[in-house]
Amino acid sequence: MINILLCIMAGIAVGYLARKRTVMKYTGSLLSVAIMLLLFFLGLSVGSNEQVVNNFTSIGLDAFLLTVGGTAGSLFCAKWVYKKFF
Amino acid sequence: MKQSFLYLFLFVVGVILALSGIMPGVLLNDNIATWVLYALLFFVGIQIGAGKNLFAALKRFGWKVLMIPLATTAGTFTGVLLISLLIPGRSLTDCLSVGAGFAYYSLSSILITEFRGAELGTVALLANIMREFSVLILGPWMVKYFGKLSPISAGGATTMDTTLPVITKYAGPEFVVIALFHGMIIDFSVPLWVSFFLSL
Repeated sequence: MINILLCIMAGIAVGYLARKRTVMKYTGSLLSVAIMLLLFFLGLSVGSNEQVVNNFTSIGLDAFLLTVGGTAGSLFCAKWVYKKFF
Repeated sequence: MKQSFLYLFLFVVGVILALSGIMPGVLLNDNIATWVLYALLFFVGIQIGAGKNLFAALKRFGWKVLMIPLATTAGTFTGVLLISLLIPGRSLTDCLSVGAGFAYYSLSSILITEFRGAELGTVALLANIMREFSVLILGPWMVKYFGKLSPISAGGATTMDTTLPVITKYAGPEFVVIALFHGMIIDFSVPLWVSFFLSL
Protein backbone atom coordinates (compact mmCIF):
# COMPACT_ATOMS: atom_id res chain seq x y z
CA MET A 1 0.00 0.00 0.00
CA ILE A 2 2.66 2.51 1.06
CA ASN A 3 4.95 1.44 -1.81
CA ILE A 4 2.13 1.96 -4.28
CA LEU A 5 1.47 5.46 -2.97
CA LEU A 6 5.16 6.35 -3.00
CA CYS A 7 5.62 5.17 -6.60
CA ILE A 8 2.66 7.21 -7.86
CA MET A 9 3.54 10.29 -5.83
CA ALA A 10 7.15 10.17 -7.05
CA GLY A 11 5.82 9.84 -10.60
CA ILE A 12 3.47 12.80 -10.20
CA ALA A 13 6.29 14.97 -8.82
CA VAL A 14 8.67 14.00 -11.63
CA GLY A 15 5.92 14.37 -14.23
CA TYR A 16 4.96 17.82 -12.98
CA LEU A 17 8.55 19.08 -12.79
CA ALA A 18 9.47 17.69 -16.20
CA ARG A 19 6.13 18.41 -17.92
CA LYS A 20 7.68 20.78 -20.47
CA ARG A 21 10.56 18.49 -21.46
CA THR A 22 10.52 16.47 -24.66
CA VAL A 23 11.45 13.22 -22.83
CA MET A 24 7.88 13.21 -21.56
CA LYS A 25 6.56 11.94 -24.87
CA TYR A 26 8.24 8.59 -24.19
CA THR A 27 6.42 7.88 -20.90
CA GLY A 28 3.38 6.65 -22.80
CA SER A 29 5.47 4.04 -24.62
CA LEU A 30 7.29 3.00 -21.44
CA LEU A 31 3.93 2.62 -19.73
CA SER A 32 2.71 0.38 -22.57
CA VAL A 33 5.84 -1.78 -22.39
CA ALA A 34 5.40 -2.23 -18.62
CA ILE A 35 1.74 -3.17 -19.09
CA MET A 36 2.61 -5.66 -21.85
CA LEU A 37 5.27 -7.33 -19.71
CA LEU A 38 2.98 -7.57 -16.71
CA LEU A 39 0.01 -8.89 -18.68
CA PHE A 40 2.30 -11.50 -20.19
CA PHE A 41 3.39 -12.49 -16.67
CA LEU A 42 -0.26 -12.52 -15.59
CA GLY A 43 -1.01 -14.84 -18.52
CA LEU A 44 1.80 -17.14 -17.39
CA SER A 45 0.53 -17.32 -13.83
CA VAL A 46 -3.06 -17.80 -15.00
CA GLY A 47 -2.06 -20.61 -17.36
CA SER A 48 -0.02 -22.40 -14.72
CA ASN A 49 -2.69 -22.00 -12.03
CA GLU A 50 -4.99 -25.03 -12.05
CA GLN A 51 -7.53 -23.31 -9.83
CA VAL A 52 -8.02 -20.66 -12.52
CA VAL A 53 -7.91 -22.97 -15.54
CA ASN A 54 -10.44 -25.42 -14.06
CA ASN A 55 -12.87 -22.75 -12.88
CA PHE A 56 -12.72 -20.44 -15.85
CA THR A 57 -16.49 -20.47 -16.43
CA SER A 58 -17.39 -19.51 -12.88
CA ILE A 59 -14.64 -16.87 -12.87
CA GLY A 60 -16.11 -15.44 -16.07
CA LEU A 61 -19.61 -15.42 -14.60
CA ASP A 62 -18.47 -13.63 -11.41
CA ALA A 63 -16.65 -11.08 -13.57
CA PHE A 64 -19.78 -10.54 -15.67
CA LEU A 65 -21.99 -10.02 -12.60
CA LEU A 66 -19.53 -7.54 -11.07
CA THR A 67 -19.39 -5.63 -14.35
CA VAL A 68 -23.16 -5.43 -14.59
CA GLY A 69 -23.40 -4.22 -10.97
CA GLY A 70 -20.66 -1.62 -11.20
CA THR A 71 -21.66 -0.30 -14.61
CA ALA A 72 -25.39 -0.13 -13.83
CA GLY A 73 -24.70 1.66 -10.54
CA SER A 74 -22.56 4.28 -12.26
CA LEU A 75 -25.17 4.74 -15.03
CA PHE A 76 -27.90 5.57 -12.50
CA CYS A 77 -25.67 7.98 -10.57
CA ALA A 78 -24.56 9.66 -13.81
CA LYS A 79 -28.19 10.11 -14.83
CA TRP A 80 -28.98 11.79 -11.53
CA VAL A 81 -25.95 14.14 -11.73
CA TYR A 82 -26.80 15.01 -15.36
CA LYS A 83 -30.38 15.97 -14.47
CA LYS A 84 -29.46 17.80 -11.31
CA PHE A 85 -26.35 19.75 -12.31
CA PHE A 86 -26.03 19.95 -16.10
CA MET B 1 -8.28 -0.16 -29.55
CA LYS B 2 -5.27 -1.60 -31.36
CA GLN B 3 -3.25 -1.34 -28.18
CA SER B 4 -5.96 -3.09 -26.14
CA PHE B 5 -5.84 -6.04 -28.51
CA LEU B 6 -2.05 -6.17 -28.28
CA TYR B 7 -2.31 -6.29 -24.47
CA LEU B 8 -4.86 -9.08 -24.61
CA PHE B 9 -2.79 -10.93 -27.18
CA LEU B 10 0.23 -10.93 -24.84
CA PHE B 11 -1.93 -12.15 -21.99
CA VAL B 12 -3.26 -15.00 -24.15
CA VAL B 13 0.26 -15.88 -25.33
CA GLY B 14 1.30 -16.11 -21.67
CA VAL B 15 -1.63 -18.39 -20.86
CA ILE B 16 -0.89 -20.67 -23.82
CA LEU B 17 2.84 -20.88 -23.09
CA ALA B 18 2.13 -21.77 -19.47
CA LEU B 19 -0.53 -24.33 -20.40
CA SER B 20 1.80 -26.00 -22.88
CA GLY B 21 4.53 -26.13 -20.23
CA ILE B 22 7.17 -24.59 -22.50
CA MET B 23 7.81 -21.68 -20.16
CA PRO B 24 10.67 -22.08 -17.67
CA GLY B 25 9.70 -21.50 -14.04
CA VAL B 26 12.23 -18.70 -13.66
CA LEU B 27 9.89 -16.30 -15.42
CA LEU B 28 7.21 -16.93 -12.81
CA ASN B 29 9.45 -15.28 -10.25
CA ASP B 30 7.24 -12.69 -8.54
CA ASN B 31 10.13 -10.34 -7.82
CA ILE B 32 10.45 -9.28 -11.45
CA ALA B 33 6.71 -8.62 -11.66
CA THR B 34 6.81 -6.52 -8.48
CA TRP B 35 9.53 -4.25 -9.82
CA VAL B 36 7.87 -3.85 -13.20
CA LEU B 37 4.67 -3.02 -11.30
CA TYR B 38 6.44 -0.26 -9.37
CA ALA B 39 7.81 1.10 -12.64
CA LEU B 40 4.29 0.99 -14.09
CA LEU B 41 2.88 2.96 -11.15
CA PHE B 42 5.68 5.49 -11.49
CA PHE B 43 4.84 6.02 -15.18
CA VAL B 44 1.14 6.32 -14.36
CA GLY B 45 2.13 9.04 -11.87
CA ILE B 46 4.25 10.83 -14.48
CA GLN B 47 1.33 10.92 -16.90
CA ILE B 48 -0.92 12.39 -14.23
CA GLY B 49 1.69 14.96 -13.15
CA ALA B 50 2.46 16.05 -16.69
CA GLY B 51 -1.19 16.19 -17.76
CA LYS B 52 -2.64 19.52 -18.82
CA ASN B 53 -6.27 18.46 -18.81
CA LEU B 54 -6.91 18.68 -15.11
CA PHE B 55 -7.66 22.37 -14.89
CA ALA B 56 -9.20 22.98 -18.30
CA ALA B 57 -12.44 21.26 -17.26
CA LEU B 58 -12.53 22.99 -13.88
CA LYS B 59 -12.19 26.37 -15.58
CA ARG B 60 -14.89 25.67 -18.10
CA PHE B 61 -17.53 23.96 -15.98
CA GLY B 62 -16.61 24.92 -12.42
CA TRP B 63 -16.63 22.62 -9.44
CA LYS B 64 -19.64 20.63 -10.59
CA VAL B 65 -17.35 18.54 -12.82
CA LEU B 66 -16.17 16.88 -9.61
CA MET B 67 -19.66 15.43 -9.27
CA ILE B 68 -19.02 13.10 -12.21
CA PRO B 69 -16.07 11.09 -10.85
CA LEU B 70 -17.93 11.08 -7.53
CA ALA B 71 -21.00 9.62 -9.24
CA THR B 72 -18.85 7.02 -10.99
CA THR B 73 -17.22 5.96 -7.75
CA ALA B 74 -20.35 5.97 -5.57
CA GLY B 75 -22.45 4.27 -8.25
CA THR B 76 -19.88 1.56 -8.97
CA PHE B 77 -19.36 0.69 -5.32
CA THR B 78 -23.11 0.62 -4.59
CA GLY B 79 -23.77 -1.59 -7.60
CA VAL B 80 -20.91 -3.94 -6.71
CA LEU B 81 -22.08 -4.09 -3.11
CA LEU B 82 -25.55 -5.20 -4.19
CA ILE B 83 -24.22 -7.71 -6.74
CA SER B 84 -21.79 -9.19 -4.21
CA LEU B 85 -24.82 -10.58 -2.38
CA LEU B 86 -25.33 -12.84 -5.42
CA ILE B 87 -21.73 -14.06 -5.24
CA PRO B 88 -21.51 -15.81 -1.86
CA GLY B 89 -18.08 -17.28 -2.63
CA ARG B 90 -16.35 -13.89 -2.63
CA SER B 91 -15.86 -11.38 0.14
CA LEU B 92 -17.26 -7.87 -0.22
CA THR B 93 -13.78 -6.31 -0.15
CA ASP B 94 -12.56 -8.64 -2.93
CA CYS B 95 -15.61 -7.68 -5.03
CA LEU B 96 -15.06 -3.98 -4.36
CA SER B 97 -11.39 -4.22 -5.35
CA VAL B 98 -12.47 -5.70 -8.70
CA GLY B 99 -15.07 -2.91 -9.11
CA ALA B 100 -12.44 -0.30 -8.21
CA GLY B 101 -10.62 -1.18 -11.43
CA PHE B 102 -13.10 1.19 -13.18
CA ALA B 103 -12.38 -0.50 -16.53
CA TYR B 104 -8.63 -0.01 -16.09
CA TYR B 105 -8.13 -3.74 -16.58
CA SER B 106 -4.36 -3.82 -16.98
CA LEU B 107 -3.46 -1.96 -13.80
CA SER B 108 -6.23 -3.42 -11.62
CA SER B 109 -5.64 -7.06 -12.61
CA ILE B 110 -1.90 -6.69 -12.13
CA LEU B 111 -2.28 -5.10 -8.69
CA ILE B 112 -4.83 -7.66 -7.55
CA THR B 113 -2.71 -10.56 -8.81
CA GLU B 114 0.22 -9.19 -6.86
CA PHE B 115 -1.73 -9.05 -3.59
CA ARG B 116 -4.42 -11.75 -3.92
CA GLY B 117 -3.17 -14.13 -6.58
CA ALA B 118 -4.06 -14.95 -10.17
CA GLU B 119 -7.61 -16.16 -9.48
CA LEU B 120 -9.03 -12.80 -8.34
CA GLY B 121 -6.63 -11.11 -10.78
CA THR B 122 -8.35 -12.95 -13.63
CA VAL B 123 -11.78 -11.89 -12.35
CA ALA B 124 -10.53 -8.29 -12.36
CA LEU B 125 -9.08 -8.62 -15.85
CA LEU B 126 -12.29 -10.01 -17.35
CA ALA B 127 -14.66 -7.74 -15.40
CA ASN B 128 -12.82 -4.58 -16.34
CA ILE B 129 -12.40 -5.57 -19.99
CA MET B 130 -16.16 -6.16 -20.11
CA ARG B 131 -16.74 -2.74 -18.60
CA GLU B 132 -14.63 -1.05 -21.26
CA PHE B 133 -16.37 -2.97 -24.04
CA SER B 134 -19.81 -2.18 -22.62
CA VAL B 135 -19.14 1.50 -23.37
CA LEU B 136 -17.69 0.80 -26.82
CA ILE B 137 -20.73 -1.28 -27.75
CA LEU B 138 -23.59 0.23 -25.71
CA GLY B 139 -22.43 3.87 -25.69
CA PRO B 140 -25.30 5.21 -27.85
CA TRP B 141 -27.88 3.27 -25.81
CA MET B 142 -26.43 4.66 -22.56
CA VAL B 143 -26.72 8.24 -23.84
CA LYS B 144 -30.31 7.63 -24.90
CA TYR B 145 -31.56 6.24 -21.61
CA PHE B 146 -29.17 7.64 -18.98
CA GLY B 147 -28.09 10.99 -20.39
CA LYS B 148 -24.89 12.35 -21.85
CA LEU B 149 -22.75 11.80 -18.77
CA SER B 150 -23.54 8.10 -18.56
CA PRO B 151 -20.90 6.75 -21.01
CA ILE B 152 -18.33 8.83 -19.12
CA SER B 153 -19.27 7.28 -15.78
CA ALA B 154 -19.47 3.81 -17.28
CA GLY B 155 -16.12 4.26 -19.01
CA GLY B 156 -14.37 4.87 -15.70
CA ALA B 157 -10.63 5.36 -16.10
CA THR B 158 -10.72 4.77 -19.87
CA THR B 159 -12.53 8.01 -20.74
CA MET B 160 -9.22 9.73 -21.44
CA ASP B 161 -8.13 7.18 -24.02
CA THR B 162 -9.95 4.12 -25.41
CA THR B 163 -13.57 5.17 -24.86
CA LEU B 164 -13.04 8.85 -25.67
CA PRO B 165 -13.98 8.54 -29.36
CA VAL B 166 -17.33 6.91 -28.46
CA ILE B 167 -18.07 9.60 -25.88
CA THR B 168 -17.20 12.35 -28.34
CA LYS B 169 -19.43 10.83 -30.99
CA TYR B 170 -22.55 10.12 -28.92
CA ALA B 171 -22.44 12.60 -26.02
CA GLY B 172 -20.98 15.40 -28.16
CA PRO B 173 -17.64 17.22 -28.44
CA GLU B 174 -18.52 19.56 -25.55
CA PHE B 175 -18.10 16.58 -23.21
CA VAL B 176 -14.51 15.82 -24.25
CA VAL B 177 -12.98 18.09 -21.60
CA ILE B 178 -15.17 16.49 -18.95
CA ALA B 179 -14.22 13.00 -20.14
CA LEU B 180 -10.50 13.83 -19.97
CA PHE B 181 -10.86 15.31 -16.49
CA HIS B 182 -12.93 12.36 -15.30
CA GLY B 183 -10.47 9.83 -16.76
CA MET B 184 -7.55 11.44 -14.97
CA ILE B 185 -9.24 11.55 -11.57
CA ILE B 186 -10.46 7.95 -11.82
CA ASP B 187 -7.12 6.80 -13.24
CA PHE B 188 -5.38 8.18 -10.21
CA SER B 189 -7.90 6.65 -7.83
CA VAL B 190 -7.68 3.08 -9.22
CA PRO B 191 -4.43 2.00 -7.49
CA LEU B 192 -5.48 3.77 -4.30
CA TRP B 193 -8.92 2.15 -4.05
CA VAL B 194 -7.69 -1.28 -5.14
CA SER B 195 -4.91 -1.39 -2.57
CA PHE B 196 -7.24 0.09 0.06
CA PHE B 197 -9.86 -2.65 -0.38
CA LEU B 198 -7.21 -5.37 -0.50
CA SER B 199 -5.68 -4.15 2.75
CA LEU B 200 -8.99 -4.36 4.64
